[in-house]
Amino acid sequence: MATATRLGRLERPALTGVLVREVVNFSSYWRSATFSSTVEPTIYLLAFGFGFGSLVSKVAGYDYVQFVGTGTVATAVLFSSAFPAMFGTFVKYQFQRTYDAILAAPVDTEELVTAEALWVATRAGVYGCVPMLVAIAFGLEPSWGMLVVPLVGFLAGFGWACFGIAIAGFASSIENFSYVISAVLTPLFLVAGTFFPLSKLPHWAQVAGELNPLHHCVELVRHAAFGWHGWTDLARVGALVGFGFATWRIAIHAMSRKLID
Amino acid sequence: MSGELAIRLRGVVKRYGPITAVNGLDLDVPVGTCVGLLGPNGAGKSTTMRMLTAQAIADEGELEVLGFRLPEESKAARAQCGVTPQLDNLDVTLTVEQNLLVFTHLYRIGRAERRDAIERALRMANLVDRRDTRVDKLSGGMRRRLLIARALVHRPRLVLLDEPTVGLDPQVRQELWALIDALRAEGTTILMSTHYIEEAQRLADTVLIMSHGSAVAAGPPAELVAKHAGREAVEVYGPAARLVEVEAEAAAAGFRTRRTGTSISVLGIEGVDGRVPDGERRPANLEDVFVLLTGEEID
Repeated sequence: MATATRLGRLERPALTGVLVREVVNFSSYWRSATFSSTVEPTIYLLAFGFGFGSLVSKVAGYDYVQFVGTGTVATAVLFSSAFPAMFGTFVKYQFQRTYDAILAAPVDTEELVTAEALWVATRAGVYGCVPMLVAIAFGLEPSWGMLVVPLVGFLAGFGWACFGIAIAGFASSIENFSYVISAVLTPLFLVAGTFFPLSKLPHWAQVAGELNPLHHCVELVRHAAFGWHGWTDLARVGALVGFGFATWRIAIHAMSRKLID
Repeated sequence: MSGELAIRLRGVVKRYGPITAVNGLDLDVPVGTCVGLLGPNGAGKSTTMRMLTAQAIADEGELEVLGFRLPEESKAARAQCGVTPQLDNLDVTLTVEQNLLVFTHLYRIGRAERRDAIERALRMANLVDRRDTRVDKLSGGMRRRLLIARALVHRPRLVLLDEPTVGLDPQVRQELWALIDALRAEGTTILMSTHYIEEAQRLADTVLIMSHGSAVAAGPPAELVAKHAGREAVEVYGPAARLVEVEAEAAAAGFRTRRTGTSISVLGIEGVDGRVPDGERRPANLEDVFVLLTGEEID
């Protein structure tokens, strides 16, 4: 009596269903999300750009405002991906029980996690451009390479979204997020080459910096604006793809454990 | 289609650490019928419901839903099921219509039929006038109706209702019964878990009584009553000491009894005179069966 064949993995209708839910919901909260995702990095940009900028005029060969203006793109990507993914996932799982409803439909955990991460990554790609636009208003020269920035933001944002979902999957309470924010996200955010170049740090810190996905995002955005660095940049893209793939699988694992008894 | 099973469970076991929530459950839900899963809190009803959508994976046993084997083929089964959860999980900042729209996508309704599906669900839930109201502005009864209608947008062959009227006013409950009854009349197969006896008695063609994770009785409500509680009962009221006496006397005379809080019900008294204590005579009911079979004490 089975009238449909067994359905496959990662089906488009399932991904679309979850994405439609997010898009429709977004219409009810886009103001606050846009506000927090854009105003915060812009404040960093203005504070550091003009605060430090009055002390140091050039860093790594760039005007400091331009250096920070491109760097804070990564900050905006992080803020609009890892944080909403962590809190959003936890709230939808624990308080709204949204995922119970979605998983009762023909959607598997793998599809749910993937669609949620794609959605957050898309937002991060868009919001990530805001500090750059602000920097342009303050004198950063537009270049064709900047058109790639949303894609860089999307790629990095996907990894950070999956990172956030995985943390929400492993966390037993929302208070646990403080550990991750203080011990992982804040150091990664500060030592990413956003506000000061890693090249002036001790060797071990430079090596550590190369393991920071946010650093690759910073460098790619900077090179998109000021000129590509060939193979090095390609390797950075590869690092972000690897980061995204690893966190994606971990997020699916974490959420399956949480959602399926 | 008669004789075909929409749900078939055999020897299903589900453990959570040291606790066995479902313990060797067999369950048949024939196509086109409404089956009530009746049991006290903690009997394993919700766990059973979650296993039917593969949100809980059984440790042992066979599960088939609409001919699909679970958990491997669960997604195909879920595509043809509608599920109403016990706890409201609507998107509260969205409107009634937006909530339904999201589910037409989740249940893969084609673009051409989406509009109609939403209108039909709105009519069934009697929420046509409320289509643009945000869910957090709806009354409890309206939210429940929407929760059920949301599970029906894709005309599912099988509907799973987990405690559909828990925590609602009697008036609202009756509204929902009418909605579920309409669904039944359309020939939709329904599995409904409940701990409200009246609900099971009114809506279910057959009832399966669960206790401690397994089935203790199954059959049409009237048959279960006749088999386990007889036709007539007498309810004896009095001070606690008197009730203990009545209980002992009835037991000595070979009657089954059950406590009803303020009274003792002596069951199966039809056709027997003389030995029956004085009290209010009434027809035996499903509640008598429920308490007899699932125990008087609440764990």
